[in-house]
Amino acid sequence: MTDKIRLENMNVHFGSNHAVKDVTMSMAEHTVTAIIGPSGCGKSTVLRSINRMHDLSPNAKVSGNVFLDDADIYDSSIDPVNIRRRIGMVFQKPNPFPAMSIYDNVIAGYKLNGRMKRDEADSIVESSLKRVALWDEVKDRLKTSATDLSGGQQQRLCIARTIAIHPEVILMDEPCSALDPIATLKIEELIEELKERYTIIIVTHNMQQAGRVSDVTAFFYMGELIELGATKKIFTTPQKKQTEDYITGRFG
Amino acid sequence: MKGDTVFKWVTITFAFTVLLILAVMLGGMVLESFPALKHNGWRFIAGRDWDPVQENFGALSYLYGSVVSSMLALLVAAPLSIGTALFITEILPNRIGNAVSVLIELLAAIPSVIYGLWGVLVMAPWLQSTIQPFLIARLGFTPFFQGAPYGVSMMAAVLILAIMIVPIITAISREVLLAVPQSQKEAAWGLGATRWEMIRIAVLPYARSGIMGAVILGLGRAIGETMAVTMVIGNTPNISLSLLSPAYTMPSVIANEFAETTSKLHAATLMEMGLVLLGVTLLVNILARMMIWSVAGKKWSKA
Amino acid sequence: MSLTLRRFKNHSATLLMAATTAAVLLPLALIFYHILKMGLSSISLDFFTSIPKPTGEVGGGMVNGMAGSAIMIGMASLVGIPIGVLGAIYLVEYAGPRSGTAIRFSADVLAGIPSIITGMVAYILLVAPMKGFSALAGSAALAMIMIPIVLRTTEEQLRMIPGTLREASLALGVPLWRTSLKVVLVSASKGVLTGILLAVARVAGETAPLLFTALGNQFWSSKLTEPMAALPLQIFTFAISPYEDWHRLAWAGALVLVCVMFALSLAARMAGGKRGI
Repeated sequence: MTDKIRLENMNVHFGSNHAVKDVTMSMAEHTVTAIIGPSGCGKSTVLRSINRMHDLSPNAKVSGNVFLDDADIYDSSIDPVNIRRRIGMVFQKPNPFPAMSIYDNVIAGYKLNGRMKRDEADSIVESSLKRVALWDEVKDRLKTSATDLSGGQQQRLCIARTIAIHPEVILMDEPCSALDPIATLKIEELIEELKERYTIIIVTHNMQQAGRVSDVTAFFYMGELIELGATKKIFTTPQKKQTEDYITGRFG
Repeated sequence: MKGDTVFKWVTITFAFTVLLILAVMLGGMVLESFPALKHNGWRFIAGRDWDPVQENFGALSYLYGSVVSSMLALLVAAPLSIGTALFITEILPNRIGNAVSVLIELLAAIPSVIYGLWGVLVMAPWLQSTIQPFLIARLGFTPFFQGAPYGVSMMAAVLILAIMIVPIITAISREVLLAVPQSQKEAAWGLGATRWEMIRIAVLPYARSGIMGAVILGLGRAIGETMAVTMVIGNTPNISLSLLSPAYTMPSVIANEFAETTSKLHAATLMEMGLVLLGVTLLVNILARMMIWSVAGKKWSKA
Repeated sequence: MSLTLRRFKNHSATLLMAATTAAVLLPLALIFYHILKMGLSSISLDFFTSIPKPTGEVGGGMVNGMAGSAIMIGMASLVGIPIGVLGAIYLVEYAGPRSGTAIRFSADVLAGIPSIITGMVAYILLVAPMKGFSALAGSAALAMIMIPIVLRTTEEQLRMIPGTLREASLALGVPLWRTSLKVVLVSASKGVLTGILLAVARVAGETAPLLFTALGNQFWSSKLTEPMAALPLQIFTFAISPYEDWHRLAWAGALVLVCVMFALSLAARMAGGKRGI
């Protein structure tokens, strides 16, 4: 399997705070990689550097390389807007656009960038919502406000919105932490299906979730990548003591 | 990337237009009043003789008119506003208090010229026919109520100004009062205080500087007020202790003379007056805001 | 101090405060009463269709003033609204702490300047060089009053939009400028519109800045480079005149002005939806 995403000596500074230290890791195509670690270890920071979200923080500085299919996304000739069309992101708290209907939310990635033909839009909306198993629940009220949906439905809507523009990679930043267990289960099942088409990187503070959904797990602590390996192996026979301590719950 | 750069520069340009406008305003006023500053010197503030033909510009009468009308208006408006603000926030139930607050905002929305219209066609004649003769009869022996009842007078200006600045003082005072922490009030309640005592002990001391700020903001508003005052003050440059006597304020003389100045120096002197007006209002506003921020936090106040 | 005395003081204080509130609301009631009474009796179809008649003649109207006001407010809005809104976007999306503070401070200072001085500045900028009073100068003065108000109210509204919305849009590969306009501004549109309508209502009633810019015009004029009539100006001129006829026209004008401002405020409230200002 080829490497879809490769981080090489990546560092992130927020002013004088060295938040992420010299990270080198790669994610293979069509795999689910989980990034775990205690609060403040830099998991989200690492994730956000993959789709150049730190560009928007004035005092954030990302150094090193991040390769998407062997091309460095931080190269000065690259427009971050294009990167974000190939690398999508789902956030911790579901954030559908409140001023838009369910229908418009799904194709927001197109509509905000220009016009779109009606039948093209219809088919994209239907296929995206079907893939997140939301179609049957909302097909009769596509034009109603997205905020009328439950938390779990909203998150699936956000995932539909993300996949509607056909990205190659999906980044998920603790996507289930604001949801109830049933909704969480549905999303985890979804991740299993989505990995056939996309490469997924998921940050989670829930170790059991990492164990359930991911193929590869990366354990971070204090901004450093401590251990990276097949999920089964990390959770049964971790190599580093810190990893073991975290997994056995000695610190959270 | 290109779209973002273009957009950024468009917004920067428009945002800095605000700075540009302020700079042009201040620079323009200073530049244009310069010939007058040189020619008039201190006579401007100390002299009473305002003679455009002879090019003697003593603005003391107008300074007097502005200062006295504003201060007296404050004297009338401040207690009324504070009392009202207290009534709305501490005594009335929330819904009714909000409704009354809305009514008072309505007062703030009335244009100055309409206050002036009502002042000159309703209030001043009423003063002339009813109140002023009464005051002359009973209190005419004091220097404050000497002279004939004209209706249009310092008194009319003070009253109309007071009505006009009440809304702003009340609104800001209300915000300040609402910022008083509940714990302070509860401490007083817990000691068995009556409502008035609670207000006196817990609310007013805490809100004091903020309310003073509100009052000073009202002062700033009063000094700059033009139309309503021009229509009811009589526009005669008197310096007199009598409230019945007509007077003249700085904004009024600018309003009346600027469109038809007799010489460049005349125009420049009016600019000079505008500059004084500008300086005073700026100082007063800044002072007021600092006092309000100390209590209610750095919110953009509805001034 | 005895309890009775304390209670007495409490009740007296409450009464006093109620009295001040009544005293404050009394002029409001009186003014509206008089505007309605005097205005309604002077309003006629003529008022809306004719220009003022020369002194001494009965009748006439203020159509030139109403049209003039509409034109100048329109022109002021054309300039003032984009500058205010886009400037606010700068403050929210791009400005660093120092330029942000500088611009906000300038806007607050501008908002507190007496409007007659704004008129003087517009005179310096547009009347003196053009050697004549004009509607253009009047519109400029009004625009200078509108801009700081629109800027600050728009900024306030834009800041209320949570950052997650911005992030969601950017994560979809939507450039910042489109995000700013089509997501943030659109989400805040109700509140922004309210602020704009209130700013328009404010300049609709302004008289002092027009005194030596637009000057006023007894006759019908739609030329932008010439003096133009405005409703508040006419109310002023007629109110201070010695003619009864003109007084009645002034009342009618006041009624129309108050109705327009009331309509604008009502629209502002309705546009505001849940956040009524």
